[in-house]
Formats: sequence, structure tokens, C-alpha cells
Amino acid sequence: MKMKRIIAAIVFCLVPLVTLGAGGGVAPMSANTDLTNTKSLQNGARVFVNYCMGCHSIEFMRYSRLADDLGLDQDLVAEHLMFTTDTIGDPMTIAMEADDASGWFGVPPPDLSVIARARGVDWLYTYLTTFYADADPARPFGVNNLMFPDVGMPHVLWPLQGVQRYVKVDRPADVESERIQKIEPDDKGFKVTTALHVKDGPTVHVTDMLEVSMPGSMQPAEFRKTVRDLVNFLDYVGEPAKVTRFKAGYWAIILLAVFALIARALYKDYWRDVH
Amino acid sequence: MKGMLTGLLTWTDARFPLSKLWNEHLAKYYAPKNFNFWYFFGSLALLMLVIQIVSGIWLTMFYKPSAAEAFASVEYIMREVPMGWFIRYMHSTGASFFFLVVYLHMFRGLMYGSYKNPRELLWVIGMLIYLCMMVEGFFGYLLPWGQMSYWGAQVIISLFGALPFGIGEPLTLWIRGDYVVADATLNRFFALHVAAVPLALLALVGAHVMALHEVGSNNPDGIEIKKNKDANGIPMDGIPFHPYYTVKDIWGVAVCLILFAAVLFFAPTFFGYFIEQPNFVPANPLKTPEHIAPVWYFTPYYAILRAIPDKLTGVILMFASVLVFFILPWLDRNPIKSIRYRGTLFRLLLGSFVVVFIVLGYLGTQAPTAGGSELGFRLGEIYFSFFLIMWLYTKERTASFNYTVLGIVAVLFLFFDVIRFDSEKATLMLTSSVLVIGYYVVFVLGSMYTKLNEPKPVPERVT
Amino acid sequence: MSTDVDAGRRRFLTASVTVVGGAAAVGTVVPFVAAWQPSERARAIGAPIEVDISKLEPGGMVTAKWRGQPVWIVNRTPEILEALPGIDDRLRDPESTQDQQPDYARNEVRSIKPEILVLIGICTHLGCSPSYIKQDEAPLGTGWPGGFFCPCHGSKFDYAGRVYAGVPAPTNLVVPPHQYVSDTRILIGADGGSA
Repeated sequence: MKMKRIIAAIVFCLVPLVTLGAGGGVAPMSANTDLTNTKSLQNGARVFVNYCMGCHSIEFMRYSRLADDLGLDQDLVAEHLMFTTDTIGDPMTIAMEADDASGWFGVPPPDLSVIARARGVDWLYTYLTTFYADADPARPFGVNNLMFPDVGMPHVLWPLQGVQRYVKVDRPADVESERIQKIEPDDKGFKVTTALHVKDGPTVHVTDMLEVSMPGSMQPAEFRKTVRDLVNFLDYVGEPAKVTRFKAGYWAIILLAVFALIARALYKDYWRDVH
Repeated sequence: MKGMLTGLLTWTDARFPLSKLWNEHLAKYYAPKNFNFWYFFGSLALLMLVIQIVSGIWLTMFYKPSAAEAFASVEYIMREVPMGWFIRYMHSTGASFFFLVVYLHMFRGLMYGSYKNPRELLWVIGMLIYLCMMVEGFFGYLLPWGQMSYWGAQVIISLFGALPFGIGEPLTLWIRGDYVVADATLNRFFALHVAAVPLALLALVGAHVMALHEVGSNNPDGIEIKKNKDANGIPMDGIPFHPYYTVKDIWGVAVCLILFAAVLFFAPTFFGYFIEQPNFVPANPLKTPEHIAPVWYFTPYYAILRAIPDKLTGVILMFASVLVFFILPWLDRNPIKSIRYRGTLFRLLLGSFVVVFIVLGYLGTQAPTAGGSELGFRLGEIYFSFFLIMWLYTKERTASFNYTVLGIVAVLFLFFDVIRFDSEKATLMLTSSVLVIGYYVVFVLGSMYTKLNEPKPVPERVT
Repeated sequence: MSTDVDAGRRRFLTASVTVVGGAAAVGTVVPFVAAWQPSERARAIGAPIEVDISKLEPGGMVTAKWRGQPVWIVNRTPEILEALPGIDDRLRDPESTQDQQPDYARNEVRSIKPEILVLIGICTHLGCSPSYIKQDEAPLGTGWPGGFFCPCHGSKFDYAGRVYAGVPAPTNLVVPPHQYVSDTRILIGADGGSA
């Protein structure tokens, strides 16, 4: 017991050293997805097929599985979601060839089956909502992104979100570097809290804005909800068995807990003989 | 019915030592009666081995070991094979739990001196099992063919390229079977992971139990129960393994499985430590991920490797940090086995080693920074110093002996600091040296000028 | 070691541990057994297929593939259909008493529509794929009423897939579950559960 206390004490004292190993990166906003919300998943599926599947396949997903899990009639799926095949059991691939894609975009747009597991839903949500206009001629599609600087993807959802401008407040002199600390939603778009590292001075925090300059068909709040649905859908596509896994888990642990209690009783009974 | 079964048993015993094995290793194997919490981990390690073998065999039925199909076949298992996700998560959770359990099992050995005479060979076989586990984990991690799989393998294999005298490059080419990690590498790692290493593991585990049963188990008091036998030759502090420890281990298994299930069903990636996020991106030989880190159970050694500025020295010291465990029985020969009866300083020594191991492990998961690297170097020095102090504490040493050791260490560490000196890091190096200096003050000067290293009397019978 | 063991309680606890542990063991084994069931991919590949027979001429045959097996669809002429009862005495199972076809095909012509025959093209002897030999065609020549001949061991089947007596094959050719989605399109592999 004393041993454990000594170890615990030393660990606590060394915890601050952890900061020596810290890395960088913008903290994304919370996506607040809910895999049990079928309506949200259905909306997300619709948005994905209409806006994303021109370039991005989800080849590990079958239309039939989608229909079953999202509570959609197979005929509905066939009519509204299937554009590259007639067979409901087929995987959700796209018509674009990888070689053509490389030529048009530099790299073929990746398959998105497990993107939610690779990047996380929060990253995806923030990525899809923080595109802004960038006049730099080096940008192939005239846009840039807060989460993925110099991304090669166009702002596909602009008809819904509109076009955002990155409005930066005036910088003081002698700013060595800047780092985005926090992104928060706002009526006009997003508030971007940025830390400015001043040469030989204290760090200054400013609030830049991503403002919708040319409106799309949705107001910011509605757009955010739509992206949430889309990201929710991608979370589902990443691991269709996730909800089943949770349900099975509750039962497994209950059964194992009962087993553990009885096993302990048996152990204690035998060990009354000892000593 | 009972008569038939007895008859069957007699028939079998005449042809196979069934009852003999049952008695020698279970019903009449006398284990100390004072086994505590730390003694669960041996049977739990066996449980994990079985879990890995069964789940692994099943995965082999659906996995495709080719660069073109591997990633997709894992997603096939996760989505299209009925309950495939369960089997996959069982295997990935099992790998990490296997290491966790074995680290705790090894820690028990450190605490109670289970590596000391007459159990040196038992410890060495155990270390061989640990090495096999590390190799098995390394081969296994390539199989999903994700970005981390690919680049982790690339980095570790290229370490062998540091070997001198022209061996390095041809060796790495031979290991990979190609100019970079490729399909050939995947296929051979698959064969080794599925067949060769598991066979070696099974043989070693068998040898491990046989070696244990030959000398009998140690116990938290570190005394040999065979020294006190009753009129029938049975150790007075011993109880038959079956039914007492079989029944206790069933309870231990149940608790372990609850934790196992909690991870498997509710957090199988364990926040990116059991299944790393970049591994959900298919391997791309043309694009290195921002940050390559091995799986958590390798990270302490990885941190030591990264902290050393020279590649070959780093490789040698990384291997040394694993291999040094092998010689522990010959470093620490203090006749008092258990931490309970050695001085307070010894407890602090072991406790600080655990902390160093954990912090090194954490550093290994993070991207390298100047501060992190310097800390890693100092902790690496402290890591090896642990073994030195263990040797030093074998018996009472004279003051001049202690000071000679201190002197040699000081010269050596100063030499390291000089050859890696960099004016930008000067302040960092000076501040971090406090850790090492403090360590030696506490453990060497502390044992000389305080009573904190005084042992307590060892009892005759277990407590 | 004391000996005042409550044997009853010990037996009860041992039994409980065995029962609950057994339940847990079964729960663990079930996924492993389930994993051997056909996967989503196998079921998708083995899903029912639609065949268009609008261009199938009388006397002609079209072969489709379902679940890795050849499926024959034969357009039988009225003459062929009239000749079927006359062959009964040369057949092993002329009434299709053996369970080689769904209920809607347990009739004289072994089909839903008399003129369209649907069969799995695999010999019921050892699994070779027989050849479609029309009336009097080689290698069976004059006197052969027409049907299917398996080159592997010489089994013969008539224009309703019924097996001849005295050949190695024991049973009639299998009729797969199928249904008409329209007059000219047949769905092979599903029949709305009416089998």
C-alpha cells in the first residue's frame, strides 16, 4: 500500500513535465453527433450522395446495408441515392477514374469510408464549415480552410453555406507568429480567437471572424445542423456496427459482473479453509 | 456411470501420465498461501494468450495478406463478416491487454525478487517470452496495412540499417524482401505472426510453467516455503493449487474480463492508443504521416531511441534497454528477495523506475520537442542507473566503493553531455541534469548517510 | 486448514459458477460460429438475378449465373411439351416426388409457365454441367427425344430435367426458386416465399 502511495505521489509531481511533449494544431469545434438519430443520418446520406459522391466513394459501404440501417425502403434508395449502379447490394463506388482524378485535383479524392475514424467527427465538422474565399492565385479553387490549410478540395457546400470571408482585425507591429486558439459559431459565421506572439512581448489574443459575404440557401445555424448530419452520417459509415457494439456491451458487462460476483463467492467459500 | 469413468481413467493412466500431470501441476502442486493481488497476472497472461490465439486464428479466415487487399479485408471483417467487428476488437484489445498484464506480472517479479536464485532461468525464459511478444506485436501491427502500420515498420526496419561494417543496408533489404516495405514484407510478416512466433510462444510458455513448478513459486514475503515442511513432506505454508488457486484465478479472470469487455465494447481504440488514428488511412508509400509513433507498449524504448542524437548508439541503447532485464538476476544478488524487508530506499528505487518507465512511455507517444528530448535523455540515464543501483544494493558497500562508482558515473555522464553539447540547449541540459544528480544523491548518498536502506528482519514463515 | 465446509453451499456455488460461466462461454462462442455464416459480400454476390427472356426463341436456351452455378432457361415448343408424358416410363422419378423443386414446379412440366423451363445446370450425380442435346442430335442420335446429357458419366435428363432410369444420377435436376417479375423477366433466386 505504501508502495502505491509513493508511486502515485511521484507521478503527480511529474505530471507538469507532460507539457514538454505537447504538440500543435487547432482545436476543432464539437460536432455533437448522435448515431441514434435516424433522421439526421438520412439527411446526412442525402447530402453526401448529392454533394460528395461526385468525387468521393465510400467503397466499404453497400447500398443495401445503408437501406437497412437507416430505415429506408430499398426502392427509395434505388431511386434517390443510386446513380452508378442498379444493384442494391453493390458497394458505393464512383465513376471517376483515379488517373483522371490525379490529373484534375493533384491527388485522387480519397475514399471516405473510414475518414471519421482517421480524422474524428469534430475535425470533419470544423473542416466542412470553415472554408473561406482566398484570392491567392496559388489556390486552385479560390478557397482555403482553417482546419486544413491550403487544401486541394473545392468548397463543395457553398450553395448551402454561401461564401465566407476571413475578416482579420488589425495586427499590432512586430508579430512573429500567429496561432488559432479557438473557433466558435456565430450568427454571421464563426469567431476565430487567435493568439499573436509578439517579438519580445506578451502574447495578444484577438478575435477574427469568418463572415458569410455571399449568402447561400441556408442561414449559418441551419447550415451547421446540415453539416452535423453529414458528419453524423460519416461517423456511421466509419463503423456501422458502433450502435450494436454499445448495446452488446451493456449485456456483456452485466453478465460478466454477475459471473464475477458468483465466482468471488465460490473463492471466498473455499478460502475459509485457509489460515 | 462413475465406475465407467474411473475405469476410463485407469485405462488412460496406464498409457498417458494424466493423473500424474494433474497431481504434480494442480492438485498436489503446493503454492504459498499468501499470494496477493500481484499474483493474478500470470494466469491472466495465459488467458490473454488463449484469447489472442483463438481470435487470431479466426481473423486469418477472413484477412487477405496482400498489399492490395489487406486494408479492405480488415474493413470486410469489420462490416461484412457476421460479428467480425467483435473478433477484430477482441484481437486488438487482447494485444494491449496482453502487454499490460505482462508488465504487471514483471513488476511483481521485481517487487518480490522472483528473478533470484533458484529462479534465474524462470526469469530468463520469461524475458524470452516478452521478446517474442514484442516481435509478435511488431509483425502483427503491419498487417492492417494502414499508414501507421507501414511507416512504423519502415522506421523500425531501417534502424537495422545503422549496423556498421556494411551489414546494415543488405540486412534491411533482406528483412523487407524489397527496396521499401512492400507486399513481400507483408506476406512474410504474416507467416511469422500467424505461425512461427505463436509456436515459439507456446513452447516458451510451457517451459516457463515447467521451470516454475520445478523450483516452486515465490511469494510476497520472498521466503522459500519448501524450507518448512510437515511430517508428510508438504510445505507448511503451502496449499494445493487446485482447488484454492484455480478458484481464486477464476474470480481474477472474471474481473479482468469485465475490464476487457469495457474496452472492447465501449472504447476499442482506447482514445487512439490501442488502434492509432492514422491507421485508418490506407498505407501510402509516397506520403509519410506527420507523426509516427509505435503502439504504446513500445514507446518507453522508442523514447530512449529518439533521445539519443546518434543513430547507431540510439539503436544499440534501445536494444540494451530491453536486454538489460535479462541480467537482472546477476545484478541484484541481495539474499533478501522481497521489497517488504528491504529498506525504504529500495521501495523508492522501484517506484521511481515505474514512474520513469511510464513517463518515457508517454514521451514516446508524443511528437518530439526540444524539452521532451532532453527529458527523454535524462530519464534514459536514470533508467539504466536503476540497474546499476540494483547491483550496488546487492550488499553493504564501503564508502570508497560507493564514491568510486559515483565518480565513474559522473565522468561517464559528463562525457555524454560534452559530446552532445549544443549552446542552444545549454540551459535545458543544465536544468535537467538536476534529475540525475538528485537520483544519485538520494540512492547512493542516501544509502550511505541515512538509515533508509536498512533491511528489516525476514520472517521464517509467511505472513 | 479447517474442515467445517458447508458442502451444500459449496456445491451450489460451484454449480452456479458453472452455469453462469457456461452462459458466458456460449455468449463468447456464438460470434465465432456466426462468423462462418455467409458474409454480406457473399450474400450480395449470391443475391437474386433478373434474366430477360424476350429474345429467347422456341427451342432455344439461355444460361445465366446465380450463386456461382449455371442456370438454364429453355423455351420449350408445344411439340416438346406434348411429348413429355410419353417418356414417363423411362424415368426414375417422373412425378417429381423427390424434393428437387419448389412446390410451384412440382407438376408434369416442372415449371410455372409451361413453355419456360428453369433449371440449375448441374448434374445430380457428381456435379458436372450437362450439355443441351436437342431431339435426334448427336451424340445421342436418332430416338433421343431431346433434353440434357452429362458427358462425365453418361447421365440423361429429359426436357423437364427429369432423370432417366438406369443412369448414375439419382435425382431430377434442381429447379431453383424463381418468379416472373413480368412476362419477359424472370427473377432467379427469390420467389416471395411461396416455395
